[in-house]
Amino acid sequence: MKPIRSNEHATISLRLNGFERTGHAEPRMLLCDFLRHKLGATGTHVGCEHGVCGACTVRVDGVAARSCLMLAVQADGRQIDTVEGLTDSDGLLNDLQQSFKRHHALQCGFCTAGILMSCMDYLQRVPNPSEQQVRDMLSGHLCRCTGYTNIVNAVLDTANRRTSA
Amino acid sequence: MKPAKFDYIRADSADEALRLLAEYGDEARILAGGQSLMPMLNMRLTQPQVLIDISQTDDLNFMRAEDGTLRIGAATTQARLEWREQLKNEVPLVHQAFPHISHFQIRNRGTVCGSIAHADPSAEFPLCLLALGGEISLRSKKGSRLVPANEFFLGTLRTAREPDELIESVSFPLLKPRQQFAFDEFSMRHGDYAIVAVAAVADVEGVTFAVGGVADRPVSQYWRGVSGNDMDAVINDYSQSLDAQNDQHASAIYRKHLVRVLGKRVIERVLS
Repeated sequence: MKPIRSNEHATISLRLNGFERTGHAEPRMLLCDFLRHKLGATGTHVGCEHGVCGACTVRVDGVAARSCLMLAVQADGRQIDTVEGLTDSDGLLNDLQQSFKRHHALQCGFCTAGILMSCMDYLQRVPNPSEQQVRDMLSGHLCRCTGYTNIVNAVLDTANRRTSA
Repeated sequence: MKPAKFDYIRADSADEALRLLAEYGDEARILAGGQSLMPMLNMRLTQPQVLIDISQTDDLNFMRAEDGTLRIGAATTQARLEWREQLKNEVPLVHQAFPHISHFQIRNRGTVCGSIAHADPSAEFPLCLLALGGEISLRSKKGSRLVPANEFFLGTLRTAREPDELIESVSFPLLKPRQQFAFDEFSMRHGDYAIVAVAAVADVEGVTFAVGGVADRPVSQYWRGVSGNDMDAVINDYSQSLDAQNDQHASAIYRKHLVRVLGKRVIERVLS
């Protein structure tokens, strides 16, 4: 591929929550900054900016990944899903979000956007996880409010309802 | 925007990546999964002029069980290996180590070869590759060479790779009859970097014991014909011989203590 020079603003076209979006970014711009500052999708939160806290987790072609450890130029042509895409067209929360609300699985909500995106990917791959598996998956996220117990309960409840439906 | 400026080139093939490496040498860094390199860029611990992105290079994204090894290409993610159903019969040690390897979200993008290239002394893939006697396949425009794991890791974040070389793949030996494996580690939080990680591989003749997180690189030792009774003294002597490091996470003495405790545990598991 043709090099993108360091001061060049490349055109990046991606599919964000089902909609074609285009913006411009230098090679060094992180995907999380591109989503927030160039596309105005501020649902994705930015915490540690080096892959530890998990707040910025989005789905890249369906796969949960840190958007602070990915460059915007790498997202060109890819499908990116963020927390904004979870509600339906009437703005109703999806089943996982409702379960988080029901179980009081968030307080300040800073970490929640990332956790939801991880769970959406994980529950598709492992529809009926054990508590240990959920805790392993959540170990990639830092939450300073809840102590995780209610998050674990919310995820397990969602899995139960989905598999028994 | 945290990283310093760099040019970005997405390599469409392994050959293109090699051509770019030959052109830019140590001014360039290979970007595969980015789960080690991107934090270093974000913190400006490294400031390459050129990033060569191989994450979407199809001919580097492969896993092949052939010639007694499982060969894993440079662009293959850890998740792809983790979700490979045959893994527990092919390379049981790596299968056992997986729950300890970072987090779900990191494994989704992080590559196996990237972890080997990064050469963090406490990382699990280098430890497993060393314990099993695996090999690293290096390629440059000039040619290819195979380097055994015990000659590849030279120190903290230092390897035998030359600046114009690409780690094209790594090969983990496949399970042989009558081998036993065990893996264990101690970390502050599940999925965090290991304070100490250990692996044991037993065959009919003896035991290979490998330790990560203690010295500046993973180290291993082979003992022929040891029985459970000698093990205490042998592991004790070995842990004392290690060049353990002090850091903010643990003292050298504590690390040696963990080697004794975890070492005994894994060796008892493979000998029972």
